[in-house]
Amino acid sequence: MNRKLRIYVPLALYGVFLMLPFLWMLLTAFKSDQELSQGLNPFWIAHPTISQFTNLLTQTAYAQWFANTLFISIAATVLSVFVSYITAYAIIRLRFPGSQVVSTAIFLAYIVPPAILFIPLATVIIQLHWFDKLWALVPIYATFLVPFCTWLLIGFLKNIPRELEEAARVDGASNLAILWRIIFPIAIPGLISAAIFSFTLSWNEYLYALVFMSSSVNKTVSVGMTSELIRGDTFQWGQLMAGALIGVLPAVLVYFFFVEYYVAGLAGSVKE
Amino acid sequence: MIRRPALAARLDSPRVLGYLLIVPAAIILLGLLAYPLLLGIWLSLTSATIGNPGQFIGLQNYATIFADPIFRGAAWYSVFYTICAEAGKLVLGLALALLLNQRFRGYRVSRALMLLPWVAPTVLSALAWLWLLDPQFSAISWLLLRLHLIHSNIDFLGHPWSARMSLIVVNIWRGLPYFAIGYLAGLQSIPKDLYEAAAIDGADGWQAFRRITWPLLMPITTILVAFSSIFTLTDFQLIWTITHGGPTDATQVFTTLAYQRAISGGQLGEGAAIAVSPIVIMIVLAFFVVRSVREK
Repeated sequence: MNRKLRIYVPLALYGVFLMLPFLWMLLTAFKSDQELSQGLNPFWIAHPTISQFTNLLTQTAYAQWFANTLFISIAATVLSVFVSYITAYAIIRLRFPGSQVVSTAIFLAYIVPPAILFIPLATVIIQLHWFDKLWALVPIYATFLVPFCTWLLIGFLKNIPRELEEAARVDGASNLAILWRIIFPIAIPGLISAAIFSFTLSWNEYLYALVFMSSSVNKTVSVGMTSELIRGDTFQWGQLMAGALIGVLPAVLVYFFFVEYYVAGLAGSVKE
Repeated sequence: MIRRPALAARLDSPRVLGYLLIVPAAIILLGLLAYPLLLGIWLSLTSATIGNPGQFIGLQNYATIFADPIFRGAAWYSVFYTICAEAGKLVLGLALALLLNQRFRGYRVSRALMLLPWVAPTVLSALAWLWLLDPQFSAISWLLLRLHLIHSNIDFLGHPWSARMSLIVVNIWRGLPYFAIGYLAGLQSIPKDLYEAAAIDGADGWQAFRRITWPLLMPITTILVAFSSIFTLTDFQLIWTITHGGPTDATQVFTTLAYQRAISGGQLGEGAAIAVSPIVIMIVLAFFVVRSVREK
């Protein structure tokens, strides 16, 4: 009994702290504006309603932002995982001259935060005429996804035994054939890991989308909500929390589907 | 007819294929990462504004910002924010990992739920925090009022110090799961017989923690803290969503100030100097990351 208390009481405290904002989205999103302005017990929903969701989807560009975020996240993930896989394969399996230098450079690229890049990158984006073009976010997100995924896949490919490809090589398979037919199927768990992390990181991105997109039709969920649903001092809390709830959902769904990959990937990132 | 296989064979040699395969990554990272990084340093030495490339002015932007009390305040709060948040994440993350490391019913569910703050988009959870810290309708104030712990609503974000501390709490909230999962992996790799030997020698729980657990977790601590510090020092989303650097610049950090000066104000050169200035601290941190990753 004592042991149980010593585990579950602190665990419950952590639970309350860590779940609080999500609980708050749920508790607010199903209230009417009228109920929210009355200052009633905030821990209870007196008259549950889905009006905030219907208003959000019919009166704002939220659905568009959601579609944009989904498109960008998927496209950036596909591009980055592909590019990272061939890069990691080249570094680990082909060992061309200079592959060590490339590997170190990629690790360094991984720890360059977007916050020191966004200003010069803005001038580059303008020169390339990529400003306010939604698809431009795909290569831009690749700048932080590719280093991350390559690093993760290098760790993964290192552990695949060489015997497999040696056998294929004896049979006359080319390096390119080994890359696709032999290593690729074995690397799938690593690629899934890279893909879900890329999706989460893209879905999460804010600064680049905020600086490089300007018209409403090109905004992502996070940018649209903070720049268009917050007007001056009037906060539409019901609508904001409904939007936050829907916006959190894809990241959370992917996460719950692949929980073990996340845990292994995060733990691996400190252990590799 | 004979040339194609020869060409194919040459393309397939590790040297040629190796270089070909890294071309896409090289284009992306050289063009959109390395070049902007250098361009940023160059911009910080010019008088560039939006729409005007400006000219080389040496270190004048740096002289201007170092003389600017708002920048000095931002530099100070960036460091303060990072130190407090890292300390909080370390202590609470390690405590949570120690808790989760004891096998119990509901272990997997707890571990899964605990990572949610890290998984959910920061801006969206920051909006929920903003609402939780609302001066008028804060649920935290409401609860404390009902418990008779306070007499009137707390204006969390309206006063410099309460705003600074609130942001640190939210940053801890978001980063704690990363520390917990890292430490959990570290704890699970410590051989059990070390603790058994310590128990035979009569060590109590605290001694075992100080003499075995903590020293063996040291390498992971270095990586977690150095890595997380780089991104906490340059945090933008959380602070921008919750306070925009206010009230009256009290929670301004390098990144929010750089954004205001460069993007909102159009002063690209000055903004670039502000954005570049934490680089010295980051190189020190990066050194620790690279060194501890190498050692493994």
